[in-house]
Amino acid sequence: MDILKIATAGSVDDGKSSLIGRLLYDTKSVTKDKLEAVESISKRKGLSFVDLSLLTDGLIAEREQGITIDVAHIYFNTENRKYIIADTPGHVEYTRNMITGASNAETAIVLIDARNGVWEQTRRHLSIFSLLRLTTVFICINKMDMVSYEENIFTTIKKNAEDLVEKINFKGKVVFIPISAKYGDNVVSVSANMEWYKGETLLNYLEKLPVHEMDKKQPARFPVQLVIRPHNDAYHDFRGYAGKIASGTFAEGDEITVLPSLKKSIIKSIHRGEKKIAAAVAGESVLLELEKDIDISRGNMIVAANNNYKLLTNFNATIAWLDDAPLENNKTYLLQHGVNSTTAKIVSLNTVINMKTMEENKTVTNFKLNDIGKISLKTAQPVFADDYNDVPVNGVFILIDKFSNKTVGVGFVEV
Amino acid sequence: MHTKKNVNTFPRALEDEAIYIIREVAAQFEKPVLLFSGGKDSITLVHLIQKAFYPARPPFAMLHIDTGHNFKETIIFRDWLAAHTGMQLIVRYVQQSINAGKVTEETGKYASRNVLQTVTLLDAIEELKLDACIGGARRDEEKARAKERIFSVRDNFGQWDAKKQRSELFDILNGKINTGENVRVFPISNWTELDVWNYIKEEALAIPSVYFSHKRNVIERDGMYWPHSPFLNTTKDETVFEATVRFRTVGDMTCTAAVLSEAADIDTIIQEIKAATISERGARIDDKRSEAAMEKRKNEGYF
Repeated sequence: MDILKIATAGSVDDGKSSLIGRLLYDTKSVTKDKLEAVESISKRKGLSFVDLSLLTDGLIAEREQGITIDVAHIYFNTENRKYIIADTPGHVEYTRNMITGASNAETAIVLIDARNGVWEQTRRHLSIFSLLRLTTVFICINKMDMVSYEENIFTTIKKNAEDLVEKINFKGKVVFIPISAKYGDNVVSVSANMEWYKGETLLNYLEKLPVHEMDKKQPARFPVQLVIRPHNDAYHDFRGYAGKIASGTFAEGDEITVLPSLKKSIIKSIHRGEKKIAAAVAGESVLLELEKDIDISRGNMIVAANNNYKLLTNFNATIAWLDDAPLENNKTYLLQHGVNSTTAKIVSLNTVINMKTMEENKTVTNFKLNDIGKISLKTAQPVFADDYNDVPVNGVFILIDKFSNKTVGVGFVEV
Repeated sequence: MHTKKNVNTFPRALEDEAIYIIREVAAQFEKPVLLFSGGKDSITLVHLIQKAFYPARPPFAMLHIDTGHNFKETIIFRDWLAAHTGMQLIVRYVQQSINAGKVTEETGKYASRNVLQTVTLLDAIEELKLDACIGGARRDEEKARAKERIFSVRDNFGQWDAKKQRSELFDILNGKINTGENVRVFPISNWTELDVWNYIKEEALAIPSVYFSHKRNVIERDGMYWPHSPFLNTTKDETVFEATVRFRTVGDMTCTAAVLSEAADIDTIIQEIKAATISERGARIDDKRSEAAMEKRKNEGYF
């Protein structure tokens, strides 16, 4: 069974919680006790409806303020797929948490209130999903029940959103669905109120979406987490390299190059737990044994021989800033790319995007919390990253503050 | 109608993710330990840990915070598992924290040592100089847990601050900490109860007998079946009777309720869970103390 990770974005007012509640409810994924708890709290709060956001807003502070602050993870299953929803906050001041939640998603659902149409928030959400290179985004025009299920309204909003998609140069696929989360139209069941809509329900689209197809076709990259040396009688001379394949495929007999030493060898065997396997693909945690014993340690990368790898020490990146203390030029941070860490120095701050207007500003003094922009940096040791556009999974890194140890930024490599 | 293959089988990507996380713990920390409760989730972790380092021995010890209120089946199983895997077993006792006057035993019919074990755990972390503790918590269990990171940083007092959580982007795990801080690590964060059972089935893992249907003396309280034991304070009007039950979640005898069940094998258990209308932690008395019971305990250092 495969897993589809979805990010949702939108504010409470767009009906995001109702949509998630609807998906859980219609796939029979909420248990009676949880539903009863939500019902009784809604009643105690004097609400006239069952507030399904209480299912997901798990923190005391969130319930106090009635808003989503941090990412919540919600799980449901159908007969053929496991779904993980990262429910992210929609407000501009929590952009950081939205990027965090969406970073692991393969697709996203954006909600638009049919009464209000496209607005500033829609643009920001789409820009972030564009930055994260999501391959498909579902734009659900919600609350169709409140506009008499009018086709014209759907068509107008769709047209506006399409213009926006073009303007921000979103490269993925966009699917538009008219829904009513409150009554369930086109979420899990086909709507009887919108016969003019010839597309599928949201869940049907999700069920058919291919997962991780791209990662398997990309150049082979294997970041070494650990060297396994058992030192016991049965495996006296055994030396295995443990890691999770970032992209591509590795097979027994493949010729490989080790970064940064550039030494070459051949894959002798691949292990998954106690089992030997002939080949392994992106996403698999395996152990590689090589024909020749060469010096390899944690943080090194094994790649398919001569496969366009890079050893970067000076490069540009798009940065999303996540910390209250601003990003300053000339400052040094710890850069972590996968399982490899090195010191990095900020060489220049090039441009910054205003998250409210989405305009690019060329005069930059520093990056404040939630700012996104472009920088140049240099590193003490080489980083084995690819351009984020070519191999997304190997084109990202985080910046760590050397004093607080906090993760303060996320970067997307440009070479 | 044709029958679909692979219906509700285990998603292997979850195993890949868990092994990756476990290996990061071995690489990033000096003194990690597995918090072992004797429940199915920590048993699953033991199996994942063995896989992550095979053919080498797991580089972690198991730490059990023993409340003294365990099911005896759990303790027998724990000792067998330690011997079977060759993992070192470290046990620290809540009774010793009580004897030392660090905590006071609760009284009344809801008395439990669940909350007390936090103090014993924090003392053990300090004594053993642990910098990472791997736990079997899952995000689908409870809504405060749904918000917690995979690498969850705790301060000098072991406390969780939900508002100060680090951003966790892609699969990059930042385990950098200052002296005195420690990290709680949750490799099976993204597994659901059903995923765990499917994994136990597919990997043919041994689990304690209390998970299967058996006859047991219980009392009925608050609509739940509580296992009768010397640790449970009962009132005069509560009568003990025998019932055919199993445990869906296993913690202390004083905070885990049984469910009436005839499920005697894994397949039947999986069917039962799929049909269940009550969530797993619906049988956890410790969570029922208030709506934010879990978040509050985590703030104090609970795992």
